[in-house]
Amino acid sequence: MIKLTEVTKDYSRRGRALDGVSLHVRKGEFVFLTGHSGSGKSTTLRLIHMADRPTSGEVRVCGFSSELTSDREIWKLRRKVGCVFQDFRLLPGRTARENVEFALEVTGSSRTEILPRANRLLAQVGLSAKGGAFVEELSGGEQQRVAIARALVNDPPVLLADEPTGNLDERASRGILELFRELNASGMAILMATHDLEMIRAYPKIRTLELSEGRLVFDSAAAPAPAGRSGG
Amino acid sequence: MHAMREAMAAVRRAPLLTALSAAMVALALYVVGLFAVVTFNLHEALSRVEERVQVVAYMRDDARDAEIDLAREDLMEMEEVESIHHVSKDEALRVAREDLPEFEDLFAAMEVNPLPASLEIGLAPGFRTPDVTARIADRLSIYPFIEDVRYGEEWVDRLHLLQRIGALATTILGGAFAVVAALIIGTAIRIAIFARREEIHVMRLVGATNGFIRRPFLLEGALTGLMGGILASVLVFVSHALVSRAVFRLDWIPWEWVLLGIASGAFFGVLASAFAVRRYLREV
Repeated sequence: MIKLTEVTKDYSRRGRALDGVSLHVRKGEFVFLTGHSGSGKSTTLRLIHMADRPTSGEVRVCGFSSELTSDREIWKLRRKVGCVFQDFRLLPGRTARENVEFALEVTGSSRTEILPRANRLLAQVGLSAKGGAFVEELSGGEQQRVAIARALVNDPPVLLADEPTGNLDERASRGILELFRELNASGMAILMATHDLEMIRAYPKIRTLELSEGRLVFDSAAAPAPAGRSGG
Repeated sequence: MHAMREAMAAVRRAPLLTALSAAMVALALYVVGLFAVVTFNLHEALSRVEERVQVVAYMRDDARDAEIDLAREDLMEMEEVESIHHVSKDEALRVAREDLPEFEDLFAAMEVNPLPASLEIGLAPGFRTPDVTARIADRLSIYPFIEDVRYGEEWVDRLHLLQRIGALATTILGGAFAVVAALIIGTAIRIAIFARREEIHVMRLVGATNGFIRRPFLLEGALTGLMGGILASVLVFVSHALVSRAVFRLDWIPWEWVLLGIASGAFFGVLASAFAVRRYLREV
């Protein structure tokens, strides 16, 4: 589903962000990607949805290779990979429903199916009652749910989440995580970057990858026990 | 269809921004339009003066009609010559009396007409230049019945110089104005698109094709340019009418120029949008 092979990413200003990272996320898997800020979590996610290209190595996602996929074809990949972010990235001045409808419209849904599908997606993230509310009127947790509904418009097999609970209180964070677990249970692979160790400890069954200074330093699927980990 | 809807929705959602960009486009094109009016009128004025460029050949009193007719036929065959007007001695005197009424007493007292008959040779458009007038004058002086040839050498030279300066100034200034207008249109559109970069990012993120993302912006750019162009035309027309009424009469520029101006507004709008969107398409 997602496979990074010896991926290195250099930025002209910041220098090396990733250094020879190889990892593999299988179909339907739920994985936490953790590490201090600046450890390369966001870079990894950007490489996976091809907002950036690796300096060397290869990223393969849902059959798309970073070496073969042109900028013109990225839209095809994006329809297989949903993305949510810490800052939600919703369109201000529009309602929750309009934000979802916008995504449906620009990915080519027909006029007649847009409204029922938007309502169904909002129901799926538990926001049936708030569809008509402007995003500014919603709480952080609700805004993130709208963003998740939007990420689901193409029914993607993979969901990337970059610190989705970073701006949320504990209760809202738990709600988002439960939503992710439901989506995961229906077969969606989820790669969630987070530096919230409390949350990671609360879900010990979820596979955890840890990055440090651009290197993959821990994989709970490979390690016998999480005891030897350097916490943060 | 989606492009049209989105473009209209953008105008609806941010009417002030759209109006502001259109106003900037209008202002830029307004300056170009004023320049066009001035240029057009200068050119027209010079053409009117140019039409009066002619070579006058004064004939001896003993010139015979047969030789004059022969010379006329000869001259009419030249492509540079547009018309030949034969002014008889009597006509010359009549014109002189009309032009110089203060010498009426003198004219009345004259027993013989001292004025010579002449041939006034009008030149075809494109040949009213110092070279051609000199050449025609030389050619005329060969005929034995021609006594003297005049063609206002000095002012033909000066007119020609003026025309060349005019053409050069039009090219340089007009080009500069057009470039400035294009830059202003580009900036106006970029500001409008900058305000909507979030939408572009979201569209990229959820997998809209580049063409799909671009289309409403191109359309919006075209609409902004079109509105600006129309507004500029109205402003130029009003300015022209005011000057015509209050100061001096000005000719209105050909309507093809107006259409060209509006079309170039739309064209630059589309071009500027394409450039601006391309930048944001690369970001996510």
